[in-house]
Amino acid sequence: MKSNTNKTIGMVCFTTFLMLPIYWLVNMSFKTNEEILGALTLWPHNFTFDNYIQIFTDPTWYMGYVNSVIYVLMNMVITLSLALPAAYAFSRYKFIGDKHLFFWLLTNRMAPPAVFLLPFFQLYSSVGLFDTHIAVALAHCLFTVPLAVWILEGFMSGVPKEVDEIAYIDGYSLPRFFIKIFIPMIRSGIGVTAFFCFMFSWVELLLARTLTAVEAKPIAAIMTRTVGATGIDWGLLAAAGVLTIIPGVVVVWFVRNHVAKGFALGRV
Amino acid sequence: MNKTSNNRAWFLVLPVFILVAFSAIIPIMTVVNYSVQDIFDQNTAYFVGAEWYREMLRSPRLLDSLIRQFGFSFSILAIEVPLGIAIALMMPSKGRMAAVWLIIVAIPLLIPWNVVGTIWQVFSREDIGLFGWAVNAVGIEYNYASSPFAAWFTVVLMDVWHWTSLIALLCYSGLRAIPEAFYQAARIDRASSWAVFRHIQLPRLKSVLVIGVLLRFMDSFMIYTEPFVLTGGGPGNSTTFLSQELTKMAVGQFDLGPAAAFSLIYYLIVLLVCYVFFTAISQLDKVK
Repeated sequence: MKSNTNKTIGMVCFTTFLMLPIYWLVNMSFKTNEEILGALTLWPHNFTFDNYIQIFTDPTWYMGYVNSVIYVLMNMVITLSLALPAAYAFSRYKFIGDKHLFFWLLTNRMAPPAVFLLPFFQLYSSVGLFDTHIAVALAHCLFTVPLAVWILEGFMSGVPKEVDEIAYIDGYSLPRFFIKIFIPMIRSGIGVTAFFCFMFSWVELLLARTLTAVEAKPIAAIMTRTVGATGIDWGLLAAAGVLTIIPGVVVVWFVRNHVAKGFALGRV
Repeated sequence: MNKTSNNRAWFLVLPVFILVAFSAIIPIMTVVNYSVQDIFDQNTAYFVGAEWYREMLRSPRLLDSLIRQFGFSFSILAIEVPLGIAIALMMPSKGRMAAVWLIIVAIPLLIPWNVVGTIWQVFSREDIGLFGWAVNAVGIEYNYASSPFAAWFTVVLMDVWHWTSLIALLCYSGLRAIPEAFYQAARIDRASSWAVFRHIQLPRLKSVLVIGVLLRFMDSFMIYTEPFVLTGGGPGNSTTFLSQELTKMAVGQFDLGPAAAFSLIYYLIVLLVCYVFFTAISQLDKVK
């Protein structure tokens, strides 16, 4: 019993450490700028929704969220539809260069985005994709696709090969087997992969900022420009920050039962 | 699992190959191209050979940021790995509370990197942030905007706050994979909880830990946004890591040639470390 109490105390300490900075952000988002800069207050004395109202009524702000959501969704669709067949090939077949290809894919996950910054900018500008959602989605694919192949390969290897063989004997073609039988079997793996794609694409700033100017500017990039003539608008910045956390929390709530399993099976 | 030899499987991999080639090989080729030329404008460029590489390898900018980078990466690993294991051991294994803890622990991972920077920028300010105010209140001089050590400390703390959860979640799932029978055997032998950890849990965690260390090392090697938001790499150059130095050079000053040489050296270091880890992981898989 005693060790359980210790564990709980430990967890409470760690969660406090995790939550205090977030609390501070939420706290600030409900304050006026005068109060924020005036003195240290542990909770908002002049409670205000102004910061949030400004974000929801100003198109340059709320379009940032729309842009982010658009390219994150694009990225998830592209990544999953390409990574599923590839992961199947890696988990079921031996073919020329499979190991090298797998390693090469992985190295892209490990490559620093900063290295790709300038060439990406020029590549997408030259094909006329600069400042479009698809450019950001494709750029993020470079990092999410290898990760997705890696995770999905782990999940697929967990499905016994006999399943494939029985399906062939029953007269299923490969595409039909894949859609009707195989995909439902690795549902939770796909969920976890989608979650990781979301996570990376949603939090990434460097590439998203470089590849966009006006039309497709993500919220994370808009946040970096809150410095006005009177200094940084802390309240507004805090409110925008709080709003970027919410989608992540919603997503993790929906996949909570798969997350731990996915970490273990998918070798992430 | 016995795999069938089938070279037609290439067709399944082809779309991924094309996409990744489009967005990895073409850019890398561009970088290689830049790295051997002196570029004046769009149409004027001179071939300079390995000049930029020589210059970069001798340049204190690369060396300094590389040393800072390794210092940072090793410090966060030294803190995050033991802490993450400890958190994983403390998390409840089943029941409603397990799901709640899981979500709470996962939250920092889901916050956009620049928001993480913003949070800590505010939180550790001495005048309006709780942390900075509290540290100063107990009598320790702390101001990340003027003291290089404080800035460095803040970036490390921020990273620990942000990423310990990843190690914790990985270890948590690794621990869940240990069969109950192992613990029962340990109970019969009256093993102390330290012995259980040392001889049952830690060996079983080895493979997830390798992956965790690999991911953390790589990501810490690419850190850009958080120090950028916090102090822009300052004060001085105390938190200017490799990505930041590179971005400054490429986008800020448009020194395309040197920046390209810099980024290829950078990429090569990452690849080398990646290869070592990859070999280690495949070895572990074989042992299993």
